[in-house]
Amino acid sequence: MIGILIVSHSEDAARGIAQIAVGMSGAADDVPITGVGGNDEGGLGVSVAKIYDALTEMLPACDGVLIVPDLGSSILSSRGAIELLSPKDASKVVIADAPVLEGSMLAAVEASSGADLEAVAEGAREAKNLKKSDH
Amino acid sequence: MAFTLEMARGALEKLNAVIEEKKDYLTDLDSAIGDADHGINMNRGMKRVMEKIRDKEYSDFGGLFRDVAMTIMSAVGGSAGPLYGTFFMKMGQKLAGKREVAEDEFADAMQEGLSGIMALGKSQLGDKTMVDALQPAIDALREPAPDASAAWAAALKAAEKGMEDTIPMLSKRGRSSYLGERSIGHQDPGATSVAYLIASLREAALEG
Repeated sequence: MIGILIVSHSEDAARGIAQIAVGMSGAADDVPITGVGGNDEGGLGVSVAKIYDALTEMLPACDGVLIVPDLGSSILSSRGAIELLSPKDASKVVIADAPVLEGSMLAAVEASSGADLEAVAEGAREAKNLKKSDH
Repeated sequence: MAFTLEMARGALEKLNAVIEEKKDYLTDLDSAIGDADHGINMNRGMKRVMEKIRDKEYSDFGGLFRDVAMTIMSAVGGSAGPLYGTFFMKMGQKLAGKREVAEDEFADAMQEGLSGIMALGKSQLGDKTMVDALQPAIDALREPAPDASAAWAAALKAAEKGMEDTIPMLSKRGRSSYLGERSIGHQDPGATSVAYLIASLREAALEG
Protein backbone atom coordinates (compact mmCIF):
# COMPACT_ATOMS: atom_id res chain seq x y z
CA MET A 1 0.00 0.00 0.00
CA ILE A 2 1.21 3.50 -0.87
CA GLY A 3 0.78 6.25 1.73
CA ILE A 4 0.12 9.90 0.92
CA LEU A 5 1.73 12.78 2.80
CA ILE A 6 0.28 16.23 2.20
CA VAL A 7 2.68 19.11 2.97
CA SER A 8 1.33 22.63 3.25
CA HIS A 9 2.43 25.99 4.69
CA SER A 10 -0.60 25.68 6.99
CA GLU A 11 -1.21 22.79 9.35
CA ASP A 12 -4.96 23.39 9.12
CA ALA A 13 -4.82 23.28 5.32
CA ALA A 14 -2.75 20.07 5.33
CA ARG A 15 -5.17 18.33 7.67
CA GLY A 16 -8.20 19.68 5.83
CA ILE A 17 -6.87 18.53 2.47
CA ALA A 18 -6.15 15.10 3.95
CA GLN A 19 -9.72 14.99 5.19
CA ILE A 20 -11.09 15.96 1.76
CA ALA A 21 -8.84 13.44 0.01
CA VAL A 22 -10.11 10.63 2.23
CA GLY A 23 -13.74 11.73 2.07
CA MET A 24 -14.06 12.47 -1.63
CA SER A 25 -11.91 9.69 -3.02
CA GLY A 26 -13.65 6.92 -1.14
CA ALA A 27 -10.14 5.80 -0.22
CA ALA A 28 -10.17 2.60 1.77
CA ASP A 29 -9.48 3.04 5.46
CA ASP A 30 -6.18 1.26 5.04
CA VAL A 31 -4.65 3.99 2.81
CA PRO A 32 -2.47 6.03 5.18
CA ILE A 33 -3.11 9.71 4.43
CA THR A 34 -1.44 12.30 6.64
CA GLY A 35 -1.13 16.08 6.45
CA VAL A 36 1.67 18.15 8.00
CA GLY A 37 2.26 21.87 7.82
CA GLY A 38 3.15 25.12 9.52
CA ASN A 39 6.43 26.11 11.10
CA ASP A 40 7.31 24.58 14.44
CA GLU A 41 5.76 27.49 16.32
CA GLY A 42 2.39 26.89 14.69
CA GLY A 43 2.63 29.80 12.22
CA LEU A 44 2.61 29.64 8.43
CA GLY A 45 5.68 27.88 7.10
CA VAL A 46 7.23 24.48 6.62
CA SER A 47 9.40 22.39 8.90
CA VAL A 48 11.75 19.76 7.47
CA ALA A 49 11.61 17.96 10.82
CA LYS A 50 7.81 17.58 10.69
CA ILE A 51 8.01 16.08 7.20
CA TYR A 52 10.88 13.80 8.22
CA ASP A 53 8.99 12.61 11.32
CA ALA A 54 5.85 11.89 9.30
CA LEU A 55 7.87 9.94 6.70
CA THR A 56 9.67 7.82 9.28
CA GLU A 57 6.34 7.07 10.93
CA MET A 58 4.60 6.12 7.67
CA LEU A 59 7.36 4.22 5.85
CA PRO A 60 7.50 1.07 8.01
CA ALA A 61 3.82 0.44 7.28
CA CYS A 62 3.85 1.38 3.56
CA ASP A 63 5.47 0.17 0.33
CA GLY A 64 6.14 3.81 -0.47
CA VAL A 65 4.97 7.35 0.23
CA LEU A 66 3.85 10.02 -2.23
CA ILE A 67 4.41 13.56 -0.95
CA VAL A 68 1.97 16.12 -2.33
CA PRO A 69 3.35 19.60 -1.49
CA ASP A 70 1.66 22.98 -1.91
CA LEU A 71 4.27 25.54 -3.09
CA GLY A 72 7.86 26.72 -2.89
CA SER A 73 9.32 25.90 0.51
CA SER A 74 7.06 22.87 0.84
CA ILE A 75 8.78 21.33 -2.16
CA LEU A 76 12.30 22.30 -1.03
CA SER A 77 11.62 21.14 2.53
CA SER A 78 10.26 17.82 1.26
CA ARG A 79 13.44 17.29 -0.74
CA GLY A 80 15.45 18.21 2.36
CA ALA A 81 13.54 15.67 4.48
CA ILE A 82 14.08 12.91 1.91
CA GLU A 83 17.83 13.64 2.01
CA LEU A 84 17.83 12.87 5.72
CA LEU A 85 16.38 9.37 5.16
CA SER A 86 18.50 6.29 4.58
CA PRO A 87 19.06 5.65 0.85
CA LYS A 88 16.73 2.63 1.08
CA ASP A 89 13.89 4.67 2.61
CA ALA A 90 14.60 7.63 0.30
CA SER A 91 14.08 5.36 -2.73
CA LYS A 92 10.54 4.70 -1.51
CA VAL A 93 9.46 8.37 -1.48
CA VAL A 94 8.41 10.50 -4.46
CA ILE A 95 7.30 14.14 -4.61
CA ALA A 96 4.20 14.60 -6.77
CA ASP A 97 4.17 17.20 -9.55
CA ALA A 98 0.54 18.08 -8.94
CA PRO A 99 -1.85 20.65 -7.45
CA VAL A 100 -2.07 19.89 -3.75
CA LEU A 101 -5.79 19.31 -3.26
CA GLU A 102 -6.76 17.67 -6.53
CA GLY A 103 -3.50 15.73 -6.64
CA SER A 104 -4.00 14.36 -3.13
CA MET A 105 -7.50 13.26 -3.99
CA LEU A 106 -6.59 11.45 -7.22
CA ALA A 107 -3.54 9.91 -5.54
CA ALA A 108 -5.84 8.57 -2.82
CA VAL A 109 -8.08 7.00 -5.46
CA GLU A 110 -5.08 5.29 -7.07
CA ALA A 111 -3.60 4.19 -3.77
CA SER A 112 -6.85 2.63 -2.62
CA SER A 113 -6.82 0.43 -5.73
CA GLY A 114 -3.47 -0.99 -4.59
CA ALA A 115 -1.44 0.80 -7.30
CA ASP A 116 2.36 1.11 -6.97
CA LEU A 117 4.21 4.36 -6.20
CA GLU A 118 4.77 5.29 -9.85
CA ALA A 119 1.07 4.84 -10.67
CA VAL A 120 -0.04 6.81 -7.61
CA ALA A 121 2.34 9.65 -8.62
CA GLU A 122 0.95 9.52 -12.17
CA GLY A 123 -2.58 9.68 -10.75
CA ALA A 124 -1.68 12.83 -8.84
CA ARG A 125 -0.05 14.36 -11.92
CA GLU A 126 -3.26 13.85 -13.92
CA ALA A 127 -4.94 16.29 -11.55
CA LYS A 128 -3.28 19.05 -13.58
CA ASN A 129 -5.78 18.32 -16.35
CA LEU A 130 -8.95 18.58 -14.27
CA LYS A 131 -11.04 21.30 -15.90
CA LYS A 132 -13.11 23.59 -13.71
CA SER A 133 -14.43 26.13 -16.20
CA ASP A 134 -14.03 27.37 -19.75
CA HIS A 135 -12.37 30.58 -18.59
CA MET B 1 46.56 29.82 9.40
CA ALA B 2 43.75 27.69 10.71
CA PHE B 3 40.04 27.87 11.29
CA THR B 4 38.99 26.32 14.59
CA LEU B 5 35.87 24.87 16.15
CA GLU B 6 35.74 27.80 18.58
CA MET B 7 35.85 30.24 15.65
CA ALA B 8 32.91 28.42 14.06
CA ARG B 9 30.95 28.74 17.28
CA GLY B 10 31.88 32.43 17.52
CA ALA B 11 30.79 32.97 13.90
CA LEU B 12 27.36 31.49 14.62
CA GLU B 13 26.97 33.82 17.59
CA LYS B 14 27.89 36.80 15.41
CA LEU B 15 25.54 35.66 12.66
CA ASN B 16 22.71 35.45 15.20
CA ALA B 17 23.47 39.01 16.33
CA VAL B 18 23.69 40.48 12.82
CA ILE B 19 20.48 38.74 11.72
CA GLU B 20 18.74 40.12 14.82
CA GLU B 21 19.97 43.59 13.89
CA LYS B 22 19.15 43.31 10.18
CA LYS B 23 15.95 41.27 10.31
CA ASP B 24 13.74 44.19 9.25
CA TYR B 25 16.09 45.04 6.39
CA LEU B 26 16.08 41.39 5.21
CA THR B 27 12.31 41.32 5.44
CA ASP B 28 12.10 44.58 3.44
CA LEU B 29 14.30 43.07 0.72
CA ASP B 30 12.13 39.95 0.75
CA SER B 31 8.85 41.85 0.64
CA ALA B 32 9.95 43.44 -2.66
CA ILE B 33 10.34 40.09 -4.44
CA GLY B 34 9.54 37.27 -2.04
CA ASP B 35 7.09 36.49 0.72
CA ALA B 36 8.54 38.92 3.27
CA ASP B 37 9.63 36.23 5.71
CA HIS B 38 13.41 35.87 5.26
CA GLY B 39 14.34 38.19 8.15
CA ILE B 40 11.80 36.74 10.58
CA ASN B 41 12.57 33.17 9.57
CA MET B 42 16.36 33.52 9.83
CA ASN B 43 15.98 35.36 13.13
CA ARG B 44 13.85 32.56 14.59
CA GLY B 45 16.20 29.91 13.19
CA MET B 46 19.43 31.47 14.48
CA LYS B 47 17.96 32.13 17.92
CA ARG B 48 17.05 28.46 18.17
CA VAL B 49 20.52 27.48 16.94
CA MET B 50 22.06 29.49 19.77
CA GLU B 51 19.75 27.92 22.36
CA LYS B 52 20.80 24.51 21.07
CA ILE B 53 24.57 25.01 20.92
CA ARG B 54 25.31 27.63 23.59
CA ASP B 55 25.97 25.36 26.53
CA LYS B 56 26.85 22.21 24.65
CA GLU B 57 30.35 20.80 24.29
CA TYR B 58 31.46 19.71 20.82
CA SER B 59 34.50 17.67 19.92
CA ASP B 60 34.44 18.35 16.17
CA PHE B 61 32.91 20.50 13.40
CA GLY B 62 30.78 17.49 12.43
CA GLY B 63 28.78 17.50 15.67
CA LEU B 64 28.41 21.28 15.80
CA PHE B 65 27.30 21.69 12.18
CA ARG B 66 24.92 18.72 12.39
CA ASP B 67 23.11 20.35 15.33
CA VAL B 68 23.05 23.69 13.47
CA ALA B 69 21.67 21.98 10.35
CA MET B 70 18.92 20.06 12.14
CA THR B 71 17.85 23.11 14.14
CA ILE B 72 17.77 25.39 11.10
CA MET B 73 15.81 22.84 9.09
CA SER B 74 13.12 22.56 11.74
CA ALA B 75 12.98 26.15 12.94
CA VAL B 76 13.42 28.44 9.93
CA GLY B 77 10.11 27.63 8.26
CA GLY B 78 10.84 28.96 4.76
CA SER B 79 13.07 27.85 1.90
CA ALA B 80 16.12 29.14 3.75
CA GLY B 81 15.56 26.27 6.24
CA PRO B 82 16.35 23.33 3.98
CA LEU B 83 18.91 25.39 2.01
CA TYR B 84 21.02 26.61 4.97
CA GLY B 85 20.33 23.26 6.69
CA THR B 86 21.83 21.32 3.79
CA PHE B 87 24.79 23.72 3.68
CA PHE B 88 25.73 23.05 7.31
CA MET B 89 24.91 19.34 7.08
CA LYS B 90 27.27 18.79 4.12
CA MET B 91 29.97 20.95 5.72
CA GLY B 92 29.69 18.91 8.90
CA GLN B 93 30.02 15.63 7.00
CA LYS B 94 33.11 16.92 5.20
CA LEU B 95 34.74 18.15 8.42
CA ALA B 96 33.70 15.24 10.66
CA GLY B 97 36.33 14.35 13.28
CA LYS B 98 38.17 17.67 12.89
CA ARG B 99 38.32 20.69 15.16
CA GLU B 100 40.88 22.78 13.29
CA VAL B 101 41.48 23.08 9.55
CA ALA B 102 43.39 25.32 7.16
CA GLU B 103 41.34 28.00 5.38
CA ASP B 104 41.46 26.16 2.07
CA GLU B 105 40.13 22.99 3.67
CA PHE B 106 37.35 25.03 5.23
CA ALA B 107 36.68 26.46 1.76
CA ASP B 108 36.45 22.89 0.38
CA ALA B 109 33.83 22.07 3.01
CA MET B 110 31.90 25.22 2.12
CA GLN B 111 32.01 24.14 -1.52
CA GLU B 112 30.51 20.79 -0.48
CA GLY B 113 27.77 22.69 1.35
CA LEU B 114 27.16 24.90 -1.68
CA SER B 115 26.84 21.82 -3.91
CA GLY B 116 24.12 20.62 -1.52
CA ILE B 117 22.30 23.95 -1.85
CA MET B 118 22.53 23.86 -5.64
CA ALA B 119 21.28 20.25 -5.82
CA LEU B 120 18.36 20.92 -3.48
CA GLY B 121 17.36 24.23 -5.04
CA LYS B 122 18.25 23.14 -8.61
CA SER B 123 19.99 26.51 -8.79
CA GLN B 124 22.93 27.79 -10.82
CA LEU B 125 25.21 30.81 -10.61
CA GLY B 126 23.29 33.82 -11.99
CA ASP B 127 19.81 32.67 -10.88
CA LYS B 128 19.63 35.49 -8.28
CA THR B 129 20.02 33.28 -5.19
CA MET B 130 22.33 32.56 -2.24
CA VAL B 131 24.66 30.87 -4.73
CA ASP B 132 25.60 34.23 -6.27
CA ALA B 133 27.22 35.43 -3.03
CA LEU B 134 28.49 32.08 -1.77
CA GLN B 135 30.40 30.85 -4.82
CA PRO B 136 32.53 34.01 -5.25
CA ALA B 137 33.27 34.04 -1.51
CA ILE B 138 34.50 30.43 -1.58
CA ASP B 139 36.58 31.08 -4.70
CA ALA B 140 38.19 34.11 -3.03
CA LEU B 141 38.90 32.19 0.18
CA ARG B 142 40.75 29.58 -1.87
CA GLU B 143 43.06 32.11 -3.55
CA PRO B 144 46.59 32.15 -2.13
CA ALA B 145 46.80 34.91 0.51
CA PRO B 146 49.59 36.17 2.80
CA ASP B 147 47.54 35.40 5.91
CA ALA B 148 44.09 34.39 7.15
CA SER B 149 43.07 38.00 7.59
CA ALA B 150 43.72 38.76 3.91
CA ALA B 151 41.97 35.55 2.82
CA TRP B 152 38.81 36.36 4.78
CA ALA B 153 38.88 40.02 3.68
CA ALA B 154 38.91 38.84 0.05
CA ALA B 155 36.08 36.39 0.76
CA LEU B 156 33.91 39.10 2.32
CA LYS B 157 34.59 41.53 -0.52
CA ALA B 158 33.63 38.85 -3.04
CA ALA B 159 30.46 37.93 -1.12
CA GLU B 160 29.36 41.56 -0.95
CA LYS B 161 30.06 42.08 -4.63
CA GLY B 162 28.15 38.87 -5.42
CA MET B 163 25.26 40.12 -3.29
CA GLU B 164 25.17 43.48 -5.11
CA ASP B 165 25.48 41.73 -8.46
CA THR B 166 22.10 40.07 -7.81
CA ILE B 167 20.36 43.49 -8.16
CA PRO B 168 20.20 43.56 -12.00
CA MET B 169 19.60 39.80 -12.25
CA LEU B 170 16.37 38.18 -13.39
CA SER B 171 15.23 35.70 -10.76
CA LYS B 172 15.06 32.09 -11.91
CA ARG B 173 14.32 30.38 -8.57
CA GLY B 174 11.85 30.67 -5.72
CA ARG B 175 8.84 32.92 -5.35
CA SER B 176 10.68 35.89 -6.88
CA SER B 177 10.92 33.94 -10.16
CA TYR B 178 7.12 34.22 -10.52
CA LEU B 179 7.69 37.99 -10.87
CA GLY B 180 9.80 37.56 -14.01
CA GLU B 181 11.13 40.92 -15.22
CA ARG B 182 9.80 42.66 -12.11
CA SER B 183 12.44 40.85 -10.03
CA ILE B 184 15.11 42.97 -11.76
CA GLY B 185 16.40 45.91 -9.69
CA HIS B 186 16.05 44.21 -6.29
CA GLN B 187 18.84 42.68 -4.21
CA ASP B 188 18.31 39.01 -3.35
CA PRO B 189 17.60 38.48 0.38
CA GLY B 190 19.29 35.03 0.38
CA ALA B 191 22.49 36.43 -1.14
CA THR B 192 22.33 39.18 1.50
CA SER B 193 22.15 36.75 4.44
CA VAL B 194 25.03 34.81 2.87
CA ALA B 195 27.11 38.01 2.94
CA TYR B 196 26.29 38.29 6.69
CA LEU B 197 27.41 34.68 7.16
CA ILE B 198 30.77 35.38 5.47
CA ALA B 199 31.18 38.61 7.49
CA SER B 200 30.54 36.62 10.69
CA LEU B 201 33.05 33.91 9.74
CA ARG B 202 35.63 36.61 8.97
CA GLU B 203 35.12 38.43 12.23
CA ALA B 204 35.39 35.22 14.24
CA ALA B 205 38.50 34.16 12.32
CA LEU B 206 40.20 37.50 13.02
CA GLU B 207 39.41 37.39 16.73
CA GLY B 208 41.04 33.96 16.85
